[in-house]
Amino acid sequence: MNIQNRKALTEKRIQAKEAMKRPSHRILVCAGTGCLAGGSAKIYDKFLELAAKEEGVEVEFGAEIAHTGIKRSGCHGFCEMGPLVRIEPSNFLYIKVKEEDCSEIFEESIRNDRPVERLLYEADGVKYETQEKIPFYAKQTRLVLKNCGHIDAENMDEYLAVGGYTALEKVLFEMTPEEVVDEISEANLRGRGGGGFQTGYKWKQVARQKETERYVVCNGDEGDPGAFMDRSVMEGDPHKMLEGMMIAGYAVGAKDGYIYVRAEYPLAINRLKLAIAQAEEAGLLGENILGTGFDFRIHINRGAGAFVCGEGSALTASIEGERGMPRTKPPRTVEQGLFAKPTVLNNVETYANVPMIINEGAAWYRSIGTEGSPGTKAFALTGSVKNTGLIEVPMGTTLRKIVYDIGGGVKNDVPFKAVQIGGPSGGCLVTSNLEVCLDFDSLKKLNAMIGSGGLVVMDQNTCMVEVARFFMNFTQNESCGKCVPCREGTKRMLDILEDIVAGKGTMESLKTLEELGEAITNTALCGLGKSAALPVLSTLRNFREEYLEHVQEKCCKTGNCQALQQYKIRPDLCKGCSKCARNCPVHAIDGKVKEPFVINQEICIKCGACLENCPFGAVVKES
Amino acid sequence: MLEQSYYDKADEIISQHGTEQRFLIPIIQDIQSYYRYLPPDLLSYVAKCLGINEAKAYSVATFYENFSFEAKGKYVIRVCDGTACHVRKSTAILDQIYKETGLGKGKHTTDDMLFTLETVSCLGACGLAPVLTVNDVVHAAMTPDKVHELFEELKGAEGQ
Repeated sequence: MNIQNRKALTEKRIQAKEAMKRPSHRILVCAGTGCLAGGSAKIYDKFLELAAKEEGVEVEFGAEIAHTGIKRSGCHGFCEMGPLVRIEPSNFLYIKVKEEDCSEIFEESIRNDRPVERLLYEADGVKYETQEKIPFYAKQTRLVLKNCGHIDAENMDEYLAVGGYTALEKVLFEMTPEEVVDEISEANLRGRGGGGFQTGYKWKQVARQKETERYVVCNGDEGDPGAFMDRSVMEGDPHKMLEGMMIAGYAVGAKDGYIYVRAEYPLAINRLKLAIAQAEEAGLLGENILGTGFDFRIHINRGAGAFVCGEGSALTASIEGERGMPRTKPPRTVEQGLFAKPTVLNNVETYANVPMIINEGAAWYRSIGTEGSPGTKAFALTGSVKNTGLIEVPMGTTLRKIVYDIGGGVKNDVPFKAVQIGGPSGGCLVTSNLEVCLDFDSLKKLNAMIGSGGLVVMDQNTCMVEVARFFMNFTQNESCGKCVPCREGTKRMLDILEDIVAGKGTMESLKTLEELGEAITNTALCGLGKSAALPVLSTLRNFREEYLEHVQEKCCKTGNCQALQQYKIRPDLCKGCSKCARNCPVHAIDGKVKEPFVINQEICIKCGACLENCPFGAVVKES
Repeated sequence: MLEQSYYDKADEIISQHGTEQRFLIPIIQDIQSYYRYLPPDLLSYVAKCLGINEAKAYSVATFYENFSFEAKGKYVIRVCDGTACHVRKSTAILDQIYKETGLGKGKHTTDDMLFTLETVSCLGACGLAPVLTVNDVVHAAMTPDKVHELFEELKGAEGQ
């Protein structure tokens, strides 16, 4: 099936549209990483089995007779409610579906077009029949994630049917490379990977280099803990990203594109491989694409477990087969990137924005979001929030709207404490920041950054000192070791934070933390090193009283820091059975049988064995 | 010295990629996924085939966390300790696995070569935290009790 020219592509698209419309009903079973973990593969098989028994119903894509289309879609983003099943055209969304629910869904929703009430999403006593009405979705603006969950992620025809590759068609036949670059610049598309650098400017710089061998690289090494936007795009709508890369290739005159995907995303790698194979077979990748003389190929490189490879120069080094270490700049990636040639390097979400800018125009794009940061941003909303999942909102949406309107508020109605944004390179936003508009510039003013878009909600039971230690532990582990400030500085900062959570911190520790933090921020070689201290500095600024409690009073009010706890035996509940004393590994508990026992705090190592073993609940943990 | 079959396998994998340095990482990734570890002798062999010196190949292989010079167990368990999982108590999951397997901070593979335990910084399944994977299959919303059940099942399948 080789599409050799524009006419053939148009015909192919018409066929695909008709084929997609042909089924009377479509059952879309979510096959993202989250729902697969919940057993959605079995649900898909069950539906196939049920449909096969049905007379006059075919499940084959493109079958001529009335039939039910059963599809494996990409991630819907509502991961906590998975496995999810969507029924079209009624748009019913079923949550937490089990294999045994399939026959009922088939009977009710396919044969009789009625919803299965008990599987609908419910909040505050209201049941929501259709996906579009659920507040979690209703309050989002899904543009980049538009197709995720709505088309078969493994079928290129469905992507074509919903208008896929029209942007590629448009640039190849109607626009010069310069016009493409201008359109992207005009749209003011800013890099979604963290820095927010102008994409159009990057492309322009690559396009004007003397060297004619150039590369397009996609950063799919989404290493920030708590972020999975790019994973969902790669898994749920892989062709959109490929299309964006092809357009970039055309705009800057590159013939080869590389996608660097982290090894922790095996499903994304498989879906991308499949999508590339489909595009090659259709003639949309390879030589002389659509007869225009444009050649472009895309290759996949799997990461090997180094967070630092998310940094541009480390990533290109890794593709070259070197240690993934950042280098000093200049020369910049646009001048000497991959194989020392001019390189366009953007992340997954950035490329996924490109086709719609080409299709709808820069002016339309600028009408969404804020003036300085047009468009939308996908965020991974996780942690202590009722509705966790993947969301997309216009740039400039307030934090309150995200946490309360879309996220449904804090889990178990515990008071809100903070949102950690931007992962190990970001900072925290507190209650007073709830009205802040999330865009590149507003956050910069607060010394935080959007980063790749992880939002981890923390409630009053979270210890911010422990969180800072957690991030520092992460960065220290992932430091590549090339420059001294990052290699040694993060180690020292981690040592100090470990002391503080162990109750050994002093006021001097806090001062040293700040000094080290500033020194690392000012002197580290790469972006990851420069931002390594931000979580600590940010918590020190916003939650200083918590640090003071740990340092001066040696207590952790949230009860997270094990070493600052005291285990005590309540004399009124203790029956003197001696079970705790027998289980204590350090013989810290003493007493006479049938009389209350006592824990010697000097010896106690706070392992909690006594608490686990007490049959009367007499052992309590106090902070 | 390894058996000849190892070198034959390496030749086969190299021929699928090519002999430029940029193929070093994909080649040793394939070797590792086949043998579940990267035999050091094979790394030296690959270096020779690619015309790069041994020190270079080692510097690359030791840089990335995914490469292991030691054989891994039949079940590779990866516990996510990313932010979302950490906030939702992944430490308790890890402790339970220590209990089930007798592994600990310094010991990653059981003596019977059944289990290898690794922690990873994020598996990208944050909506289902805390998560772990067993040979790349995701187990979601784990609790210490569910860990216990999982191990009962895995050990049961091994007839232990």
